[in-house]
Amino acid sequence: MPIYESSAGKKTWQLRNRNAQLLRWFAYIVGVSVFMWCWNEISQATNWYFVWDAPRIATDIVSRAMPPKWSYVEKLWGPLWDTFNIATLGTVLALVMAVPVAFLAARNTTPSALFVRPLALLIIVSTRSINSLIWALLLVAIIGPGVFAGLVAIAIRSIGFCAKLLYEAIEEIDTSQVEAITATGASRWQVMIYGIVPQILPAFAGISVFRWDINIRESTVLGLVGAGGIGLQLQGSLNTLAWAQVALILIIILIAVIVSEWVSAKVRGAII
Amino acid sequence: MSSSTLEAKLGTQWRKPHFIKSPYTRYALIGGTIIYLVFAFNSIEVNWLRVSEGLVRGWRFISAFASPDFLSHGTDIRDGMIESVIMTVASTVVGILISIPIGLGAARNIAPLPIYLVCRTIVALSRALNEIIVAILMVAIFGFGPLAGFITLSFASIGFLSKLLAEDIEDLDRAQAEAIKATGSSWLQWINYGIQPQVMPRLIGLSMYRLDINFRESAVLGLVGAGGIGATLNTSFDRYEYDTAAAILLIIITTVMSLEYLSGIIRAKVQ
Repeated sequence: MPIYESSAGKKTWQLRNRNAQLLRWFAYIVGVSVFMWCWNEISQATNWYFVWDAPRIATDIVSRAMPPKWSYVEKLWGPLWDTFNIATLGTVLALVMAVPVAFLAARNTTPSALFVRPLALLIIVSTRSINSLIWALLLVAIIGPGVFAGLVAIAIRSIGFCAKLLYEAIEEIDTSQVEAITATGASRWQVMIYGIVPQILPAFAGISVFRWDINIRESTVLGLVGAGGIGLQLQGSLNTLAWAQVALILIIILIAVIVSEWVSAKVRGAII
Repeated sequence: MSSSTLEAKLGTQWRKPHFIKSPYTRYALIGGTIIYLVFAFNSIEVNWLRVSEGLVRGWRFISAFASPDFLSHGTDIRDGMIESVIMTVASTVVGILISIPIGLGAARNIAPLPIYLVCRTIVALSRALNEIIVAILMVAIFGFGPLAGFITLSFASIGFLSKLLAEDIEDLDRAQAEAIKATGSSWLQWINYGIQPQVMPRLIGLSMYRLDINFRESAVLGLVGAGGIGATLNTSFDRYEYDTAAAILLIIITTVMSLEYLSGIIRAKVQ
């Protein structure tokens, strides 16, 4: 235990000894300088006149946005349905693709740990690290604007997420059950269906609902790049500076997000 | 299972038990799903002609990954990446600094009820609003540039970190906190010696994770004008310069992967 002794001979307890303390201060200094440098760069790239003007602009926008244009809601049911479809069908499509990837990536089910597993992991990492908005941007350029591009974007983005959680679940299964099925003389596929699948089914259901909830959030903004859903209306209203419509759309999105989170929490609570 | 039902089942073939036990719920779920799928598929218009034309372009994009072009827009890519990294680091630091008091306030076992409610509202608001939507509003208010992105990411980090920190504080070991309190410590000392050491490993882990998320998000904020690599990426897509776009995506993927690896090492070390 490090004890500091002053010149008067008084002993005080300290949490760390001198070297550890110095090291920590050094780390702090490095951290603070990095942060200050970053802040300096941001500040140089900023037009501060606009920032000082911000409170006035903000109150101006709020005053234009209030009250929200409630009558506009009639035009939002269609896009909202599209958004819901993008999220739901996108999740379904993602799961269809994620299941084989997960089985190929899990250490205990992969046919070849040397060749197939790295490939499956690569698919997982690359689909996961690119945001769905970028996928949407790309797909709009490739297959044209519309709900379909959004759906595919959501599906691709979700593969990595679902496959990662699923293959972790597969790796954690109880091997004695698999052994028992194998001992009855079951084929490879029968072992899969009767030994592995029942064990990961709850995890699978939980993951799909969890991802569905995230996808509802993400699909609300896909329209900004032209991939359908309520984001298209948001983009249109923003471009025409119709802040009362923007306010209404934001309220609708907020409600949709809260409802989907509630549904997902309920379903996961029922499964687990 | 009683012996009589066992008796009745003798000789019949074993069948796999269903995942959903009640047959009514099961058939209602299946029927509902089919009806929904029919409606959903009918409401989606797919222009297959456009899609088949697009597949050629799609193939061009995929083949661009084989020959990514890092050089012809090299300075744009470099500036965009530096801006993304700067936004990520600055917003993570500020996010952590703000989320610690809010996290303390959102933990029911150490905060009084009014503070708890205020902090929980902040957390809920920050989590419910999508980053892109916040970014649009911030760009409208603060103008184009990395400041808008920085504020957006800081705001998003607060919700994430405070919520998880508060949950961690809520299930900490009371005995240690009590022991510090029994020595006659002040409130600040109590937090510093009784609570902080218990949640610190997890806070470091979460901060690393958030750094990772913030980088990913900073890559898209440029689409709405909030600075970072996203603007460069958007331009290259708009100009059908797929080789540049492929280069940017490769850089993003590599950075995310190395960040994930790094945060994995750090988390394994502190936990």
